[in-house]
Amino acid sequence: MSEKIAISVDDLTVAYNYKPVLWDIDLSIPEGVLMAIVGPNGAGKSTLIKSILDIIKPIAGSVKIFGKPYKKQHEHVAYVPQKGSVDWDFPTTALDVVMMGTYGSLGWIKRPGQKQKKAALEALEKVGMLEFKSRQISQLSGGQQQRIFLARALVQNSSIYLMDEPFQGVDATTEKAIINILKELRKAGKTVIVVHHDLQTVPEYFDWVTFLNVKKIATGPVKDIFNDDNLTKTYGINYKVSIQQ
Amino acid sequence: MSLEEYFSLVFSDYTLRTITLGTAVLGAICGMLGSFAVLRKQSLLGDAISHAALPGIAIAFLISGAKNSNTLLIGALISGLIGTFWIRGIVKKTHLKSDTALGLILSLFFGFGMLLLTFIQKMPNANQAGLDKYLFGQAATLVESDVWLMCIITGISLIVLLTFWKEFKILLFDIDYTKSLGFNTRFLDILITSFIVVAIVIGLQTVGVVLMSAMLLAPAAAARQWTNSLGTMIFLAAIFGAFSGVLGTAVSASSNNLSTGPVIVLIAAAFVVLSFIFSPGRGLLFREIRYWKNRNDLQLHKTLAFMFNIAKNHEDISHPHAVKILNNFQGYTKRSLKKLENREYITVSGSMWSLTKKGYKKATNLYNQQEETDD
Ligand SMILES: Nc1ncnc2c1ncn2[C@@H]1O[C@H](COP(=O)(O)OP(=O)(O)O)[C@@H](O)[C@H]1O
Ligand SMILES: [Mg+2]
Repeated sequence: MSEKIAISVDDLTVAYNYKPVLWDIDLSIPEGVLMAIVGPNGAGKSTLIKSILDIIKPIAGSVKIFGKPYKKQHEHVAYVPQKGSVDWDFPTTALDVVMMGTYGSLGWIKRPGQKQKKAALEALEKVGMLEFKSRQISQLSGGQQQRIFLARALVQNSSIYLMDEPFQGVDATTEKAIINILKELRKAGKTVIVVHHDLQTVPEYFDWVTFLNVKKIATGPVKDIFNDDNLTKTYGINYKVSIQQ
Repeated sequence: MSLEEYFSLVFSDYTLRTITLGTAVLGAICGMLGSFAVLRKQSLLGDAISHAALPGIAIAFLISGAKNSNTLLIGALISGLIGTFWIRGIVKKTHLKSDTALGLILSLFFGFGMLLLTFIQKMPNANQAGLDKYLFGQAATLVESDVWLMCIITGISLIVLLTFWKEFKILLFDIDYTKSLGFNTRFLDILITSFIVVAIVIGLQTVGVVLMSAMLLAPAAAARQWTNSLGTMIFLAAIFGAFSGVLGTAVSASSNNLSTGPVIVLIAAAFVVLSFIFSPGRGLLFREIRYWKNRNDLQLHKTLAFMFNIAKNHEDISHPHAVKILNNFQGYTKRSLKKLENREYITVSGSMWSLTKKGYKKATNLYNQQEETDD
């Protein structure tokens, strides 16, 4: 792991309608980690991701990607939104959605061509969805839709991946497939940040973790900080018991 | 005039031709741009914009003192745009949901517009009569220059649509992701909303404030039922819109007392109803048929699986068995036996049945599939 900082968040405060949902967050994410963001529902995990991506404007603080503002760095960052954030009844096919991953590097007006199509097909293959390429997206299962979103991000071929609950509603097989891809990304030196809900699998899947509940509770290597103390601080109840059942 | 007379006159009669062309082009542009409103679930937006245009018409009349339709439409455009940007502002700056903001602006502007109209009607000015045509539209007042304007605007929006096709598509599907890729979604949003405002304004004279949003939504909602491709949907919506325009004009021209705008909207609504019932993929009728077919298939497959379980214990899979064995099995009826025979899965002779090779293969496949899905 290099010492370079992929994402640095400084004094970030975000509010919806005056209600603060992120409070004074400081965060330095080293390049090359596979990091989980954990915290209860409504903790502001999605909001943190969206603030890093410059989708939501903070009321205070700043975010830097490799030392520069997001605006200048967007081609280095790929995003997997929460699956429920889009209408899957939209009239389009799986391949079409994955092709959208190439739009950023194409820029304005230019249309995707053979090269982009090839990249999209490769990404579909990687997530095991090639045979569904012409399938209408509403006809895909939840796990398949999640794979499509992952493939769309893979096409971007970025250095940083931000994923919002990529394991939500997927079966065990898909979860294995996805985590293998994430580990591969890390092996290739990418920085991967994942909003994660299943606390049991954190030590197995991730090497870095951030505890979040409006404020940042802790951030660091899983082996150092993934403990009952931080879990309790984040979730507000004694998590030792819950984890063991 | 009868419908036949209408269609024989439409190419030779100047007025009829102008109105027909106008309503057709208007229907097309409304269908095209309405697709965006439908896919973004902004069905109230059109309503709010068209109602917000009304005070602009009244104010333009008060200022200019004349009923020149272009002047009035510029007034409509300005107040429509003001309404739209107020809606955006309200949603951004307050706790209100966008539905609430839309409803608020709609009633505020419409109420103000109606107030002004009443005031104008009481003015001692011979000119005022007919301003209320903007409420329900009056296609008969369309002149050639109006149609030209519609054509030019349709042409421009088509060019913009094709130029920013990829950007519009991704914006419609996933706006957050679009932002993350570095696209200026505000620009795209304003672009598309402005075109919707313009389309509404040029339609006010024909369809009127009250029914305008139906003109925008109906062709698009109907088109969505027939296709799973965005391009085809927008194309179909334009076609449906144009057809509604032409048919509506024909029907109202052939029965003197019907005003054109409402007839056009009714025909567009008929497209929606027919599409929701009869479209192959998503229509209610076919869904129902598919449901029954699946149910029947399932029944047959259950019977076949039961037979397979009996037959597989014999060396010869086609060894005959008594029909009586099946009596304990609920899925079995005389009819399902007949159906299985028709599909050549079994043969029946007298009171005995036996599985065919084809039936055996089918049943094995069923088992494999089941194991896969159980996995
Ligand atoms: N668009 C929004 N408008 C108002 N409040 C919001 C919005 N999005 C999220 N919130 C609120 O902000 C808080 C944090 O939400 P979120 O970041 O989605 O949490 P998480 O992803 O950790 O579950 C929640 O209380 C949620 O209700
Ligand atoms: Mg979330």
